[in-house]
Amino acid sequence: MKRRNVLAGLGALITGGCTKIGQTEWFGDVVDGAEKLSRGAHRMLGARPTMAREFSVADISPYFRGNGNTEIDTDTYRAQLASGFPDWRLEVRGLVDRPLSLSLEQIRALPQRTQITRHDCVEGWSAIGQWTGPRLSTILGQAGLKPQAKFAVFRCADSFGKAPYYESCDLDDALHPQTLIAHQLNGEPLPERNGAPLRLRIERQLGYKHAKYLTAIELVDSLDGIEGGGGGYWEDRGYQWYAGV
Amino acid sequence: MKRHAISTRIWHWLNLLSVAILFMSGLNISNAHRHLYWGQAGFQPHEAWFHVIRFPGWATIPNYYSLAAARDWHVVFAWIFSLSLLLFLITALLNGHFRRDLAGRREDWRPSAIGADVRKHLRLDFAPTEGKYNLLQKAAYAVVIFILLPLMVLTGLTMSPGMDAAWPFLVDLFGGRQSARSIHFIVAWALLAFFVLHVVLVLLNKPLKNLGDMIGGGRLDETA
Repeated sequence: MKRRNVLAGLGALITGGCTKIGQTEWFGDVVDGAEKLSRGAHRMLGARPTMAREFSVADISPYFRGNGNTEIDTDTYRAQLASGFPDWRLEVRGLVDRPLSLSLEQIRALPQRTQITRHDCVEGWSAIGQWTGPRLSTILGQAGLKPQAKFAVFRCADSFGKAPYYESCDLDDALHPQTLIAHQLNGEPLPERNGAPLRLRIERQLGYKHAKYLTAIELVDSLDGIEGGGGGYWEDRGYQWYAGV
Repeated sequence: MKRHAISTRIWHWLNLLSVAILFMSGLNISNAHRHLYWGQAGFQPHEAWFHVIRFPGWATIPNYYSLAAARDWHVVFAWIFSLSLLLFLITALLNGHFRRDLAGRREDWRPSAIGADVRKHLRLDFAPTEGKYNLLQKAAYAVVIFILLPLMVLTGLTMSPGMDAAWPFLVDLFGGRQSARSIHFIVAWALLAFFVLHVVLVLLNKPLKNLGDMIGGGRLDETA
């Protein structure tokens, strides 16, 4: 017992010290530096654009877990879900030449891509699913990006308490050929837990970037001043904006 | 001539710091999803081959559950750990450390010589017959430096979706992201086992001199 206490004491000393350092501003700068280094390295290595692996039908997980918010408990959403979202609109706004307001019908009429990919949660688990929808680049092409546009911000219908879920990415990921606005999972309309009726697929990054229940895409030149300024709900709570690690 | 080159000593202590922080922040990350799987995917407990315990705050960085903060520590020190390992490997190849002190000659590795070394260890006699290290010591260091530490880097990279897109062969090397995650976990504990054994053996064999030599460098002729 005594040796165990010494070990626990030593552990607590290290973890306590690290916890203190973790709260300093300079360590935050170090963390940001490492995040930029990882992003730069991933962009530098491999053929361009680097593509996420696509799997075969046999690899599809029998059940695709929902995580984070898995339902939207409002009468409006419930009514929409029951009737197939006839009134749902995806707005494209901000730094674009032609703001859009797309119905599901219009989104389904665009050229479609189907891909079977691995979804990696920041917690550590993975699931494989088949996603169908237009490329985000197709939609952004219709809207026409203004030269100042640097980031795409994704607005969502779900929230944690009063804080709305949102996400963002740079144009490298927004225009990537595997980045989709998905409306189907495994050949069926998206289930509620996976973000019905529309969710983002941004295959080279972790699960929390794949915003669900999409209502709008905003093109901006800076993430400052949007919600907490971190570029996403989880980013505002300390998670990395570049979630490719 | 110094017993330990300056590059070896700097790497040794930087590596200890990095591995300790990586291990303890890794325990915090493990608490986020305490099941391990084989293959590409897995998320349901019944698919798991192993269920991990919840690690207590005194063993984790930071000392409370925070996946975000633990990942920050893990990623920063993963860079320090990998780059310092790479530099050490290059330096030790160039300055002959590996050839001179780890590889030895072919006849050193006869079964009878290995058997004799095992018997010496069982008598707690750790003095090398010749050179700096005895056979079991060379084998242990080689396994850690050439197999376990590089495995941690590679399995760690394989868990990154951005790296998998850049270097798809990583996923094939380990048979899937979840397999890489399982191997990452197993090798982390193998490194802890090495650490415990290493510290016990130093304590049993002139601990102050060995510790001092790894700091100040020591003198080679004293140990010959």
